[in-house]
Amino acid sequence: MNAFIEKNLPALLALILIAVSFGGAIEILPLMTQDVVTEPIEGLEPLSPLELEGRDIYIREGCNNCHSQMIRPLRAEVERYGHYTVAGELVYNHPFLWGSKRTGPDLARVGGRYSDSWHRAHLFDPRSVVPESNMPAFPWIFERELDGSTTARKLEVLRTLGVPYTDEQIASAAESVAGKSEAEALIAYLQQLGTLIQERR
Amino acid sequence: MSSLVSAIVIIGTLGSLLVFFLILHLNRHIARPGETTGHVYDGIEEYDNPLPSWWYWAFLLSIIFSVGYLLWYPGLGNFAGLAGWTKVGELEQTMAEAEARYSPIFAQYRETAVEELVTDADALKIGRRLYATNCSVCHGATGQGSYGFPNLTDEEWLWGGSGEQIKTSILQGRMAMMTPWLGVLGEQEVHDVASHVMSMAGRDMDEAEVARGQQTFMTYCVACHGQDGKGNVFLGAPDLTNEIWLYGNSRLHIEHTIKQGRSGVMPAFGKQLGDDKVHILAAYVKSLSRSNPEQSE
Repeated sequence: MNAFIEKNLPALLALILIAVSFGGAIEILPLMTQDVVTEPIEGLEPLSPLELEGRDIYIREGCNNCHSQMIRPLRAEVERYGHYTVAGELVYNHPFLWGSKRTGPDLARVGGRYSDSWHRAHLFDPRSVVPESNMPAFPWIFERELDGSTTARKLEVLRTLGVPYTDEQIASAAESVAGKSEAEALIAYLQQLGTLIQERR
Repeated sequence: MSSLVSAIVIIGTLGSLLVFFLILHLNRHIARPGETTGHVYDGIEEYDNPLPSWWYWAFLLSIIFSVGYLLWYPGLGNFAGLAGWTKVGELEQTMAEAEARYSPIFAQYRETAVEELVTDADALKIGRRLYATNCSVCHGATGQGSYGFPNLTDEEWLWGGSGEQIKTSILQGRMAMMTPWLGVLGEQEVHDVASHVMSMAGRDMDEAEVARGQQTFMTYCVACHGQDGKGNVFLGAPDLTNEIWLYGNSRLHIEHTIKQGRSGVMPAFGKQLGDDKVHILAAYVKSLSRSNPEQSE
């Protein structure tokens, strides 16, 4: 049989495909069917239009390249960042921003940790508040304004992915972000991160 | 997960182990020992020999190990494993161990007043670590502060410098609010009040401006900053009679502060750190402003 498979390319491909998808299914299927993974935790609301725009700026500026949003259930992380991240907090995240590298600290529970004015100073020039920081400055986000022209569309797309935005939210989305600076949106996004779970563990 | 999915996982996992074993075992013996495969490549021929036995046994042992692993740890669908191990359980155990180990250390400081702890070198060592993790991001690594973030090494305390007041600031946070005055006062009056404020801080200013500014100050500013400009620790209103300026000391900065207002926020750390840690932290913060801690011991 070995000899046959080795010499017959379509058969080899078909068998590889079966083996790989079989393994994948065994790992992925359970996650898709567990409530703890697919159900939102109590009190979880979709991001407001302004926070959502802030999240897109977070993605555009590549914040997730240096900052993770995933507190692992390890004592060192729980002591520093707060309660470990649970899947139910993230069910409205499309895509996830877990990240895989921490050049800067984890941001999964940065919401409320610092004041808005700290975030403004820090985003404009990180070294003005943290002299030893190597984070890049993002001064342009203070000048650029959101016009809200695509905000409603973003909410609609997210709704097709299962995020429960209401018709009213979509209708008023453009209005609620228009004229705000990108920095305001980004700070609004950061200040809500992980605030639903307050206790340390 | 549902029992159907659980069954799929169990059957799939154990089934593939069985298939691995069968493939391995059926290839152990071959039909024509000592003969070649019949291929000739540039005069090189290949024996059709079975797997080396060390390799066979290593593979077999890894299969046996995986069965034991799947029985001991959770891996087979809803089966929780004989050890009852969970990631969260492990975290809670390490947290409890840390609690048992460190809480007596914190407890021994709990009864000591913050004012006494500022000379306790061991407590300050703990405090310095807590400070570096939680406070240095705004107040600076050495407590020097920066524009808009109070310096902790001077004797100026916006919300009071007693141990209890510092603890309250850390536990519950603080929210200062200076309202914008441009709409009420207009450019000229802002200019005059700024002159008055700067003269209170000991600078030589135009006397006419100071006199006019003083009148305005007595109408609008006294409520928070007090008649003598000494401020009010219950409102976080700063003392205006010294040369410590949170938002810059130039006329431009001072006028900007009067015109636009300020809202300094200290976030609350009570939930995150708990009383015991905040107690030590307050002692460390208080120790920062002592002129020379080593000498005064």
